Amino acid sequence: MANDATTSMHSEVVAPHDVHEHPWYQRHHFETAEQQREAASFGMWLFLLTEIMFFGGLFMAYLLYRNWYYDAFVSGSNTLSLFLGTLNTVVLITSSFTMACGVWAAETRKKGMLLLFLGITLFLGFVFLGIKGIEYKEKFDLNHVPGAHFDISEFVNPPAHSHEKPLPVDMANRTQIYFSLYFAMTGIHALHMIIGIGILFVLLYKAWQGVYTTGYVQPIENFGLYWHLVDIVWIFLFPLLYLINRH
Amino acid sequence: MSTIVTLPDQTTAKLPKRNYINNEHGLMSWLLTGDHKRIAMLYLVSITFFFLLGGFFAGMVRLELLTPQGDLMSADTYNKMFTMHGIVMIFLFLVPSVPATLGNFVLPIMIGAKDLAFPKINLLSWYLYMAGGIFTIAALVLGGVDTGWTFTTPLSTHYLNTHVVTTATAIFVAGFSSIFTGLNFIVTIHRMRAPGMTWFRLPLFIWSQYAASILMVLGTPVLAISIVLVALERTIGIGVFDPTKGGDPLLFQHLFWFYSHPAVYIMILPGMGVISEVISTFSRKRVFGYTAVAFSSVAIALFGMFVWAHHMFIMGISNYSALVFSLLSMLVAVPSAIKVFNWGFTMQKGSITFETPMLYAMGFLGLFAIGGVTGIFLAALGMDIMLTETYFIVAHFHFVMVGGMLMAFLSGLHFWWPKMTGRMYPESLSKFAAVVTFVGFVLTFFPQFLVGYLGMPRRYHAYPAEYQVLNVLSTAGATVLGIGYMLPILYLGWSLKYGAIAGNNPWQATGLEWQIQSPPLTENFVEIPIVEQEAYDYEWLAHQKEVTTVG
Amino acid sequence: MQHFISPVLWQFLTHWLTSSAIWPKQASTVAPWVDALYLSLCLVTGTGIIFVVALIVGFAVRYRKEAHPNAVQIEGSTLLEATWTIIPLAFFLFFFVWGAWLYFRIYNPPADAMNIYVVGKQWMWKAEHPGGQHEINQLHVPTGRNVQLTMISQDVFHSYSLPEFRVKREVIPGRYTTVWFNATTPGTYHLFCSQYCGTLHSGMVGDVVVMTPEDYQEWLKSSTSGMSLAQNGERIFASMGCNQCHTGDAAARGPNLAGIHGTKLQMENGTTQVVTDGFLRDAILNPSAHVPAGWKPIMPTYQGQISEEGLIDLVEYIKSLKTNYRVQQTLMTTESNQAAPNAEGTVKP
Repeated sequence: MANDATTSMHSEVVAPHDVHEHPWYQRHHFETAEQQREAASFGMWLFLLTEIMFFGGLFMAYLLYRNWYYDAFVSGSNTLSLFLGTLNTVVLITSSFTMACGVWAAETRKKGMLLLFLGITLFLGFVFLGIKGIEYKEKFDLNHVPGAHFDISEFVNPPAHSHEKPLPVDMANRTQIYFSLYFAMTGIHALHMIIGIGILFVLLYKAWQGVYTTGYVQPIENFGLYWHLVDIVWIFLFPLLYLINRH
Repeated sequence: MSTIVTLPDQTTAKLPKRNYINNEHGLMSWLLTGDHKRIAMLYLVSITFFFLLGGFFAGMVRLELLTPQGDLMSADTYNKMFTMHGIVMIFLFLVPSVPATLGNFVLPIMIGAKDLAFPKINLLSWYLYMAGGIFTIAALVLGGVDTGWTFTTPLSTHYLNTHVVTTATAIFVAGFSSIFTGLNFIVTIHRMRAPGMTWFRLPLFIWSQYAASILMVLGTPVLAISIVLVALERTIGIGVFDPTKGGDPLLFQHLFWFYSHPAVYIMILPGMGVISEVISTFSRKRVFGYTAVAFSSVAIALFGMFVWAHHMFIMGISNYSALVFSLLSMLVAVPSAIKVFNWGFTMQKGSITFETPMLYAMGFLGLFAIGGVTGIFLAALGMDIMLTETYFIVAHFHFVMVGGMLMAFLSGLHFWWPKMTGRMYPESLSKFAAVVTFVGFVLTFFPQFLVGYLGMPRRYHAYPAEYQVLNVLSTAGATVLGIGYMLPILYLGWSLKYGAIAGNNPWQATGLEWQIQSPPLTENFVEIPIVEQEAYDYEWLAHQKEVTTVG
Repeated sequence: MQHFISPVLWQFLTHWLTSSAIWPKQASTVAPWVDALYLSLCLVTGTGIIFVVALIVGFAVRYRKEAHPNAVQIEGSTLLEATWTIIPLAFFLFFFVWGAWLYFRIYNPPADAMNIYVVGKQWMWKAEHPGGQHEINQLHVPTGRNVQLTMISQDVFHSYSLPEFRVKREVIPGRYTTVWFNATTPGTYHLFCSQYCGTLHSGMVGDVVVMTPEDYQEWLKSSTSGMSLAQNGERIFASMGCNQCHTGDAAARGPNLAGIHGTKLQMENGTTQVVTDGFLRDAILNPSAHVPAGWKPIMPTYQGQISEEGLIDLVEYIKSLKTNYRVQQTLMTTESNQAAPNAEGTVKP
């Protein structure tokens, strides 16, 4: 009876699909493990697209205000630490590299290597956030955080050793827009890092159990894609925020 | 080629012993399910709740407008009423209505899949939706919000003391529910089609869901970020939209409408898909110009991304951008016109019967056509100056969203109800409801075109006395409309227990979903079908051997 | 007739039909043009709707199952598809051109328009006439003259809607928007705020009073506050110390403002800008972004120190400046530390 419904729809009889064994990780609504892998990877790319649109709104705002208030953006940008920014860029690119190594380790079923590379990636993620934290702390100390305590005096009367061009008061007020965007963009980026680190802990635990070194590499691959996206967003943020007009 | 379709005798139909509803039992089996059909039912229950909530607000708005004076409630209360009406209806009803209920239920079956690609993410979507709903209710219980659903800055950021951040959180969270649904659909349509189910064999419902999903995935994140910026501006005072700090409130308008205009296509496109299915089924005829209808969905999605600034024609955008956006808005109307004519010609030389879904679909055609052409009025720049921000625009989008989308939803709900529940709804009562809805709708919203051209602005708590007659007509119509909407809720609920047994294919429709038992098995198919026929192939259906029940 | 329907309903109907309940009055020169477009749109789209409905009802009757049990499967028709793509498209493009033409007509003010300033705030409309007449929630205008409104909001978005004139424009914080009309018929007309602006949005309404030119002159005389906007502006110009730098001398620290309105300025950042009302306002609030070529960005910002009304006064004053004679006069009187000249003295042109 069960077969009548479907066979009656077609002139030919369909061969039962489960003649061969499925890998344990294949979810039963997929026909093959390959289909599952393609779907997961395609879904991840679509998700990355939504992430790009999400940041896209901020980049539009950045573009507009940078055109309007260029001087304020230059002065705001010059208060950031180029050293810490570059360091963070290096840290993040390295972590992207170790993540790629992790994907390779999972694909070649090397459990020890996978644990090592995921561990390094996790560590570098924390280093990035730590450095970001130092930078944020400095902004708090200088009252460069937008809101009630925002202070423009440094832009109107820059300290003599800084070689900065003093800004007129009205333009100095616009540095608040720069810092709004700085905190919104790096903050949302950091939030993505924190989420990524959370997921990394889970992946590490499961990798330690040996889940990903028996052919089931999709979660590691997808997380790798996510981590690279977070990296790429930073590659855009760094020049846009830190390198507006360095001299 | 010609087809004679005879509807099956339902008196002999039996409910299948095993199906997705009785496969597992208990509350947790629903709350933790991965089955797309069960998730669809969860959505159906929750959007019905929010529809009633939103409808209540609409009723209060109409009741207040019965008299020119603001005598039923205070101005603040009224503002909260229309704000909550807009937010609940748009984000918690219209956006998820067809995709998350009907789409969730039939999309995988239509393409011959056992489930959506990501069942857990599908369930997550529902939980996010519910979280959004709970935040909305929280905002309501805490005292409501009165920004209008458009969150215009700087009003929403600096001048109101209501629960804007709570509501913003609600929309942000509900937005991710919609992103995940869209993502799930796109992946499913790309990767989960049954063997032989090529793109041009897909039912048109799938094409329109696909187009809508693209908009969900691309548009919603932009809304999310603008809502985040509004919340940040309210809480810590960043100045991105604040003119006193050098920010530009028009930037918010751009970002907001970049989502919220495509959002109307997110809402209407799935409805258009339903209409293609229903008209074909009840005309027993393939959809006229399949490729034209399919590509017009994609064209709407594509053009729909680039018309957002037509919401800002009077806000001082440059003359050149006004020209470009007006032209693009005109162009986006063309694919809609193509669809309407194709649906009309689908009926030509058919063999038409007028069951409830078909009545709703015909209502859709008329009302959507009116909603569509009034869009031309608004896209014409000089005309828009007079009409925008008046009741004309209220009438226009209610014709499209309620006359179009809600009619399509009800059409689809009645159409697939036998498949979803295995039982028929009471036919004559539901025909009556369809007619009442149509009459009530026209009576409610047609006078609003007139009062709009008279100049009555939208969102007015009190209005000049000379507009009263038209407003009374509108409120009277709303009462009729309310009855028209209550009836299906009652008789569909009744039919769950007492409805006639439907059988597999009560309409003799061609979609794969009709070739399996009603209600379907948990994984839909015992064997994944191999598709050899095009969509709407009534020849194939007629020459099928007897269809038997599974389970 | 009233014997056949209930008296209440009859009252309703007569009341409705006698009080222009489906058509707004035409009170400006542009109104007939807007109505013409509206009627054409109604006609064309109405015909379209009737055609579609007739098609559907016709097919529904002709091909109902009882009459046509045998469905004929038709693939489609490229010719028909092309027809219903091209014909609607042609109509849409036609209305696009017409609408665009009308848009430019409504929003591009003629050069000879008389300027009235409007400031919107929650929840009232303030109008300022050049002669210094102030109004709240009212606007008096003469017939037969091109009137331009230069509008700005003090707080949130508002929208100045005049349905009987068929014009409307958003009133935005931080920038001037303009709209113009030429009123034709004396009378009192609706003024609405049509952009939702908070609690008393529906209370932000008023009247536009259109008067014959003679009555308008009378009204101007009877409502004067004694000081024109430009005279107010002159006082602010002196009290804010603007005249310290903008003296018009060769040695001045700020550019010469006499006759500057309407000219093209070469800016320090290389662009060229036309000096409009909006430019002058922005230059007072954000001077460093509006430095003309050859000048230093030394002007302080006046953001938060002058109200929107004050800015309007200043703009009017700078627009009215033809020579620097009075600037220097005022400067000398302040510098010589004499008693401030009385109001009579300053008002005289």
